[in-house]
Amino acid sequence: MVSKKSKSWHWSQDVHQLFKKIGIKQIAYVPDGGLARLIERVQADKSMRSVVLTTEEEGVAQMAGAWLGGQRGVLLTQSGGVGNCINMLSMMQECRIPLLSLVSMRGEWGEQYPWQVPMGQSTIPALEAAKVIVHHVDQAEKVPETVEAAAKLAFDANRAVAVVLSQRIAGSGGQG
Amino acid sequence: MAARRKITLDRRKVVGQLLKDRGDLLLVTGLGAPTWDAAAVGDHPNNFYLWGGMGGAVLTGLGLALAQPKRRVLVMTGDGEMLMGVGGLATVAVQKPSNLAICIIDNQRYGETGMQETHTAHGVDLPAMAAGAGFQTALTVYTAKELSAAIPVLHSQPGPVFIDIKVTDSPQSMTLPPRDGPTLKHRFRENLLGQI
Repeated sequence: MVSKKSKSWHWSQDVHQLFKKIGIKQIAYVPDGGLARLIERVQADKSMRSVVLTTEEEGVAQMAGAWLGGQRGVLLTQSGGVGNCINMLSMMQECRIPLLSLVSMRGEWGEQYPWQVPMGQSTIPALEAAKVIVHHVDQAEKVPETVEAAAKLAFDANRAVAVVLSQRIAGSGGQG
Repeated sequence: MAARRKITLDRRKVVGQLLKDRGDLLLVTGLGAPTWDAAAVGDHPNNFYLWGGMGGAVLTGLGLALAQPKRRVLVMTGDGEMLMGVGGLATVAVQKPSNLAICIIDNQRYGETGMQETHTAHGVDLPAMAAGAGFQTALTVYTAKELSAAIPVLHSQPGPVFIDIKVTDSPQSMTLPPRDGPTLKHRFRENLLGQI
């Protein structure tokens, strides 16, 4: 493992290894620049199944099915996708099904693209309104430990948990 | 749009026939009438009923099918529920789960809200959409004979398969299975995995 002090270190390396360690078998995602390196890593890993979605709520339902079948999964989404998930999250709350999600933020730190701001600013309130526990992290070095803590809360305490990665970590993400 | 034919099949009889020899099938039902149909023909611990999460039945089935590749997984849902999550057909087609079958009990109505017409009442062709997504098998069933031919496809043909069964919109008695979420989750997992 590359030292965190190394210039080549990226949080996605440790998070990918963590996914392997805790037995993540299904990865559901809609592509996003802030998560691109993690998505590339899990796609290349034959021990887990990557599923590209047409819309993020599909991933919430997929995670419910995975848990019913005895597998752990993770939903990777940009903050814009959180808005698509709200009704489907009722499944997780009502059935007490674990959900681990990584949300890369847009519309906050240093955003230059105005159309990202409304959903970005609504992301955490919307998650909390849907009774998803939010762990916000704004330093790359703290991402792996935050995901590890969130995974315990999700899979051992049967809760829906989102690790929200600040735009300060992910960067501005281009024009879209 | 597909040619329209006369609809005669009774949904409760269709579901009874579909689940009569279910073996170790794992069943996910979409909210509303498909859930009641499944309960009416026989509640089962291998049934997971959705009472909400409209549009999520197919993807719940996908997650389950990927987790249990040696078990047949059937998603049985309504036309309205399928339409809400229709993009999921593209997601399933890309994954090509050989153990997943999708069956639409298509009465061309939103049954829970007052029997308003869905898009399929106006010719929207769900099997054509599934075929367009990449399903190799995507059929519409109108008659008892077609149903008899479709049942083995749903139970054993390599998936993913998609079959839309046109049924009349005549009202049926409501048979309500358990609707407490943790109860449904626990009994399904306990029966399948031996743990909650």
